[in-house]
Amino acid sequence: MNFFEKLAKLDRRWVFLILAAVVVITLLVDVKTSIRVDKEVRSVYDFMESLKPGDYIQMSIDYDPGSMAEMHPMTYAILEQAFKKDLKVVITALSINGPGMAEQAILDIMDSVQILYGKKIVYGEDVVFLGYKPYPGIVILSMGQNYRISYPQDYYNTPVDDLPIMHNIINYDDMKGIILITGTSGVDFWISYANGRYNAPLAVGLTGVMAADYYPYLKSGQIFGLMGGMLGAAEYEILVNKPGPAMEAMKVQVWAHIIIILFIIIGNIGYFASRRKGGVQ
Amino acid sequence: MKREIPLLIVFIGGLFMAIQFFVPDSRSEWVYEFVMDWTIIIGIFALALGIWSFVRVSVNKINRRQENWQYSIISLIGLFGMILFGSSVMGWLGAESVGLESFMFRQVFNNIIIPLHATTFSLLAFFMASAAFRAFRAHSLLATVLLFAALIVMLRFNPYLGPVGNLIGDAASWILNVPNMAAKRAIVIGIGLGMVATALKVILGIERGYMGSD
Repeated sequence: MNFFEKLAKLDRRWVFLILAAVVVITLLVDVKTSIRVDKEVRSVYDFMESLKPGDYIQMSIDYDPGSMAEMHPMTYAILEQAFKKDLKVVITALSINGPGMAEQAILDIMDSVQILYGKKIVYGEDVVFLGYKPYPGIVILSMGQNYRISYPQDYYNTPVDDLPIMHNIINYDDMKGIILITGTSGVDFWISYANGRYNAPLAVGLTGVMAADYYPYLKSGQIFGLMGGMLGAAEYEILVNKPGPAMEAMKVQVWAHIIIILFIIIGNIGYFASRRKGGVQ
Repeated sequence: MKREIPLLIVFIGGLFMAIQFFVPDSRSEWVYEFVMDWTIIIGIFALALGIWSFVRVSVNKINRRQENWQYSIISLIGLFGMILFGSSVMGWLGAESVGLESFMFRQVFNNIIIPLHATTFSLLAFFMASAAFRAFRAHSLLATVLLFAALIVMLRFNPYLGPVGNLIGDAASWILNVPNMAAKRAIVIGIGLGMVATALKVILGIERGYMGSD
């Protein structure tokens, strides 16, 4: 086996080791990075900025801990922006581990908004967490009729009609928009039912691998904004002028991608060189 | 009759739900909600069936000492442990908070489930790097196009490329918004038409796979 054949068949443990080293080093070293903001992310921000105090939005936090690295920064940035603007936020979680993610974000942001901006967010008046219900398609359809069909009580078993925030809302018609942060295929139900059947304005935050699949819905107007993965989260952090965990993670992602690109180039050099010599095909 | 009655139910139910969508009447909405309630009820039975099936498979595996049977014990402990921690039983055992606010329920979620999920998914980065190294070879025209598209999309937010970075960013946006979208749209329309065709076949009794073999 010549040098090029060895290069083309490099043991994958070397790939793992080098990638791990790059991830650790970029986490430890202060690397500067800059991000340009795409219009699909900006439209989510512009929508939020266009709302007036007291307007209602719904956020659906439909992701599991596996995708929290990408999704949590989006949730935190949007929730903080909503609380700063005195919006009323109705939160649902339609993935099985979503409630844990949602509750963590709500509690953290309620605390940080009070500490940083002196705003006291009152649960039941400014925000309500309706919790998890199985079968997202059915729940999304029922919320289009009335939130009380699927959610007679909130996550903490309080009847929703006892919560002041719920007094003025019946269904999606009372929401200025729905922002869905999801790592699941449940996004299709939201697009088909919440937007398709009930015309609810919908913006989505998706994992990086999902994002490319949903551009058609952006062009067709079925969703008005799209945040894709860590990059989308970092772009949103820039827009709200609060670089956070997503920006921090982007420096790692940038260098990880550079390493992957180098490996692809090395693999191709090995492939072509060995093919010319009649080696591996 | 054994076959005709289910076919008739499916025909009437399918036709009604298709027509109901276009009838903005309160009675039509009421029937729709009624059907939705039943879907939830049937779904809950499916959940119970799923748990029963999981328990049976795990217990069988343990009894027969099949390969990796030890993991089934951990799975069962996880299942019943979380049910126990999340139930009111903890209150009878003296716990201060019960249900979803139970101390143990939250501890297990925050300190076991979150790190396990995050670890599992973060490992994907390594496998993706390895897969990219092995699979992205320019051995044909289509593979070369795919390779260059992937490189452009990966480089789109690279801050070290200077003015070239903006061009790559524009190229990446074009790839996502034009060829990617055209291909995805074609796939989605194809799937949609396929779903309509399958639904029609089920409603009209041409597709009967859901009734089993006999």
